[in-house]
Amino acid sequence: MLPRLALFAIPAALVAQDVDFVRDVQPVLKRNCYACHGPGMQQSGFRLDDPKAALKGGYSGASIVPGKAAESPLVHRIKAEKGVPAMPPGPRRLKPEEVEIIAKWIDAGAKVPEGLAVAKAVRPKSNHWAFQPIVKPTAPAVASEVGVRNEIDRFVIARLEKEKLQPAPEADKRVLLRRLSLDLTGLPPTPEEMDRYLADTKPGAYERQVDRLLASPAFGEKWARHWLDQARYADSDGYEKDWVRPWAWRWRNWVIDAINQDLPFDQFTIKQIAGDLLPNATVEDHVATGFHRNTLTNREGGIDDNQFRFEGTLDRSSTVGTVWLGLTVGCAQCHDHKFDPITQKDMYSMFAFFDNVEELNIDAPLPGEVGPWMRTHNEYRGKREELLKEYNVAALQASWEKDILYTIAHPGERTDWDLAWDCVNKLTADGDGAKIVQIPLEKRTQRQKDILTDHFVGNYHFAVGNKKWKELKLDELQKKLRELKASYPQLSQAMVISENDAPHPTYVRVRGDYKTNGIEVQPDAPAVLPELKVAGGKQATRLDFANWLVSKENPLTARVTVNRIWQELFGAGLVRTPDDFGLRSERPVHPELLDWLAAEFRDNGWSRKDIIRTMVLSGTYRQSSAARPEVQQNDPNNTLLARQNRLRLSGEAIRDAALEVSGLLTKQVGGPSVTPPIPAGVLESGYGSRGWNGAWQEAKGADRYRRGLYIQFLRTTPYPLLVNFDAPKATVTACKRDRSNTPLQALNLLNDPVFLEAAQAFAVNLVTETRGDFRSRLDTAYSLALGRKPSDAERVRLQAYFEKQQALLGQDEKALAQLAPIAIENVKPAELAAWTALSSVLMNLDEFITRE
Amino acid sequence: MKHLIEAHLRRDFLRRSLAGIGTLALTDLMRGATVADPLAPKAPHYAPKAKNVIFLFQEGAPSQMDLFDPKPGLQKWHGQSLPPSMTKDMKLAFIKPTAKILASPRKFAPQGQSGMLLSDLIPHTAKHADDICLIRSMHSEAFNHHPGQLLLFSGHMTGGRPSMGAWTTYGLGSESKNLPAFVALQSGPGASAGSDLWTNGFLPSLYQGTVLRSSGDPILYLSNAPGFSNEAQRARLDVLKDLNTERQNVTGDLEIASRIHSYELAYRMQSAGPELTDLKAEKPETLDMYGINEKESRQYGTNLLLARRLVERGVRFVLCVHSGWDHHSAINGNLPKLCAQTDKPTAALLTDLKQRGLLNDTLVVWGGEFGRTPMSEIRRPDEADNAGRDHHPNGYSIWMAGGGVKPGMTLGATDELALNITEDRVGVHDLQATIMHLLGMDHTKLTYRHMGRDFRLTDVHGEVVKKILA
Repeated sequence: MLPRLALFAIPAALVAQDVDFVRDVQPVLKRNCYACHGPGMQQSGFRLDDPKAALKGGYSGASIVPGKAAESPLVHRIKAEKGVPAMPPGPRRLKPEEVEIIAKWIDAGAKVPEGLAVAKAVRPKSNHWAFQPIVKPTAPAVASEVGVRNEIDRFVIARLEKEKLQPAPEADKRVLLRRLSLDLTGLPPTPEEMDRYLADTKPGAYERQVDRLLASPAFGEKWARHWLDQARYADSDGYEKDWVRPWAWRWRNWVIDAINQDLPFDQFTIKQIAGDLLPNATVEDHVATGFHRNTLTNREGGIDDNQFRFEGTLDRSSTVGTVWLGLTVGCAQCHDHKFDPITQKDMYSMFAFFDNVEELNIDAPLPGEVGPWMRTHNEYRGKREELLKEYNVAALQASWEKDILYTIAHPGERTDWDLAWDCVNKLTADGDGAKIVQIPLEKRTQRQKDILTDHFVGNYHFAVGNKKWKELKLDELQKKLRELKASYPQLSQAMVISENDAPHPTYVRVRGDYKTNGIEVQPDAPAVLPELKVAGGKQATRLDFANWLVSKENPLTARVTVNRIWQELFGAGLVRTPDDFGLRSERPVHPELLDWLAAEFRDNGWSRKDIIRTMVLSGTYRQSSAARPEVQQNDPNNTLLARQNRLRLSGEAIRDAALEVSGLLTKQVGGPSVTPPIPAGVLESGYGSRGWNGAWQEAKGADRYRRGLYIQFLRTTPYPLLVNFDAPKATVTACKRDRSNTPLQALNLLNDPVFLEAAQAFAVNLVTETRGDFRSRLDTAYSLALGRKPSDAERVRLQAYFEKQQALLGQDEKALAQLAPIAIENVKPAELAAWTALSSVLMNLDEFITRE
Repeated sequence: MKHLIEAHLRRDFLRRSLAGIGTLALTDLMRGATVADPLAPKAPHYAPKAKNVIFLFQEGAPSQMDLFDPKPGLQKWHGQSLPPSMTKDMKLAFIKPTAKILASPRKFAPQGQSGMLLSDLIPHTAKHADDICLIRSMHSEAFNHHPGQLLLFSGHMTGGRPSMGAWTTYGLGSESKNLPAFVALQSGPGASAGSDLWTNGFLPSLYQGTVLRSSGDPILYLSNAPGFSNEAQRARLDVLKDLNTERQNVTGDLEIASRIHSYELAYRMQSAGPELTDLKAEKPETLDMYGINEKESRQYGTNLLLARRLVERGVRFVLCVHSGWDHHSAINGNLPKLCAQTDKPTAALLTDLKQRGLLNDTLVVWGGEFGRTPMSEIRRPDEADNAGRDHHPNGYSIWMAGGGVKPGMTLGATDELALNITEDRVGVHDLQATIMHLLGMDHTKLTYRHMGRDFRLTDVHGEVVKKILA
């Protein structure tokens, strides 16, 4: 220790007055600090070349305490004292005499001469490829035109030619239509569709299929699912209580419609980011903002609201950063980004766009709802008021509100009322009870009044105990109010956001801690990206930000979006890190193709359908997916695209395919989420089973057979099929699904009653709709399930299986009851049962759950 | 006869399908065609002290001052509010800092050679005082259940990250050929964090915990679908294997080989699962010891016996969740009930592991997501004995046993009222780092790249608690 102390002892020669800022201090700072804390970059918000800024400090406050070197964080850091991060980072240290100069200067009051010239701060620049403007490249020349269908192929083949490789041959027509159908609609083609395509030998047959599928309503469902993953969509709040969100689906409807109508991606963006701020915003524009209502809500008693409001806002900004910009903005929550030129200030400047967002529910009627509602609404209201009167709610609620207001002002005086107040805060459904209770009655809207009254009726027991609540028969009233509401037509609701009319400033949070404010920031886009300019120099709004995201200057939105679309059609993006286009992203093997696609997309009206059409019309897309031993060795991940990829279907698509080929699928587009059979015990594993969520009412009718995207997704107890097949958990944005391969998936497909039901229906259809021998029925079964004819080998193998099963099942009454659940004229039960077993085999084939 | 025909056809089928593909291509395809099993055992970073972990998670936060950390000071302060200077840094969920202190009616006595002071509510666990390493200085950042449970199991208070068992499986692979590497069991009502306790988060779903269920199929969809006998199931798998092999030959896709592998493993699980849960092979004394014949402790006792059986069968990480410790109200009535459900089975597990020589390489961890306040919470002032305790993340107790921790040791201490830690603070990330260390993994090196960042269980924190290493 002694020598080190000695180093910093004040030599007699150097006394405070001797230190001159320009002569002594500036050179030291320049040598050691300006690279990170100078005009070009201000890490941790700290700038040392501008003395005024230097004295102000960084995100976490002042670093120089004039007159007190020993108390100045700057000095602690350059001295590399224990417990503080050493500066500069890395092994290099300031020389002792340099440290001494700084310390003396601070001790002498950190004085700076007047009128010192300060360099103008410059926007940070980056040479990173993804941040450069998109310049549409011309497609390169290729030596051979074989396999060239459009420009995409020229980029791909030119690269293959460099490696002396040829593209794979085009896939068989049957494979192509099945691939195209699964990729565009998430459903396999019907045998009739397949036959029509095979019979169509005129030029443009494939193109006609592409157009047919792009126009199918199922297209919107398939591509909505990709968007829902990114939006972390779920039908419940998440966290402990995990309340069901009965109206979350309304935004999902918007997404499906928008995609089916091919709403240009720039509009798709603007409406979801800031639809509420559009001039003359329509109800649907408001509904679009539901994107931001997919954040989790924590209703756990006793939580700090500020913390979860902060977490939600953070999630909103980092989700937008990832989904639109492909940047891991959230990494800069606690400090400047470790790898990318994104400062903590950038992060909170983006955060600021969402910091004054308010959550609310609005009427968002679907076509056909308004009429019946209008005709009966007054009657409903009358009956509701009558009920409230009958149970003396007005007086009880008024006194309860008085107590609640008193409790807000006097916490800790009455512990039962503390709890009641916490419950107003956490357990009000459909709105912000805590806010409403503090608005004078006469200033509340009807909606606000209803929300608070409903809360009061259902939760008064927290204040006065269950006994009293029941004596007042409020439990009975709660039930009656619910029944009354259910018996009258109501308008669909949507969860949306709006801008708070009393905005508060946004601060950098020191070390990412929501309780510790650093410097104030203005809403802005990350500085390393093209500037977000607002006319008249006004403060940027969320709408300005949305417009900026899809501006021609911002190179990321188009690149990131076409890359994700490519990923869905080829199994991997051109950039293989679809959630990260930053410095640590994987450099694309085809950068020019990416830019060509991005420019096509951006410059031709941001049409999702057009860019998908271009991709699927390419020869590259149409290649066979068979492994190519000569390519396998050098390009095992198929980055050069010398073939298509075989891809395991998503959980939703596997379910949809099983229901579709067995004729069970209900093709209703949109609407509330559905609750098909779920195994006992799954819901009970979460706290929601304690009664917060209500029961999972197993759908018995058509809703039992809806597409997987409509299955109610409860965050703490998600549907097992979806979990088993890598559906994201809907807690944070997911830009890519894994395709794992596990025994639980096998058990799921082999033994889940949902798939047995599909096999039963498949067999029943098969034996009733096709006449004749095993051979012709098997042909039908293959064309239904796999879109092709069985090979001889397959036929022989399956016939052996079929005959053995038929013989075995003929002697097993119990099995027959299960596998041949209905009697069919002229078909022996054992035969039907054997067909059920065989159908189940087909639906378990790797080929069935794979898009080739 | 039928069998013979089928066998013959099968051979014929395979021969013919292989003939369909060129010799050259075939050789190429078969080169290195052994399917890489992503769950194959992986070498740890260094020699492990523990091969397995049984995490006995007491969901809801048990009260440390009524079980593990005697505080006579509570008597002195009973019924009084603390001065603001003492409560200014407390994070409270429901109560206010002025809430009054609640004394504990529990008696603590020194146990075993070590003289560890333990409560009269856990007489069975107390007999193992010399086996366990008690930490009285745990600290969590979270003071609400779901965030606290996420922090404990995934290292972060908000969701989306993998749980500890998933990280372990990712880091070490599986020793079990017929059972999943990471199994979760539950007793009591559902836990706040639900499936987040065993989620794979952003890791592939391969690493998720498999729930071993207490009713119905032990593993979801483990039983044959109705109508399929075991023979029919095997026939289904055989035909699937053949047809999938044929498809592999056509496409050359090795993923199909791993699909076949998964189906065969699923089939083996179908017999291994029922064998695992069939407790008939256990001696009656064993069932008694685990409290399986008593109503209160049956559920938890069964799970703990299954935990031992899982570990015996090579399952690496067993998470037993017992819910119901969230005693905001009537703690003096409710806490004994929870102890009656859990104390006997917990002690039995230690006894059983020890006598089978499994405790040396099995790490048992007992604890909740945080602790409880010395102050009382009174939700119904009009009801007698309504007092409970609120959440308290500072200075709660957990214990560990076996697998490389010092037996009979007590680490850390809290002040007179268990408000603050006075010695050897152990954060949640430190606990995680220590568990990973005992499994032979350096927690700073067990990382997974996601959204541009190398994530780890311990986030950016965590130091191994060296003092407790044996």
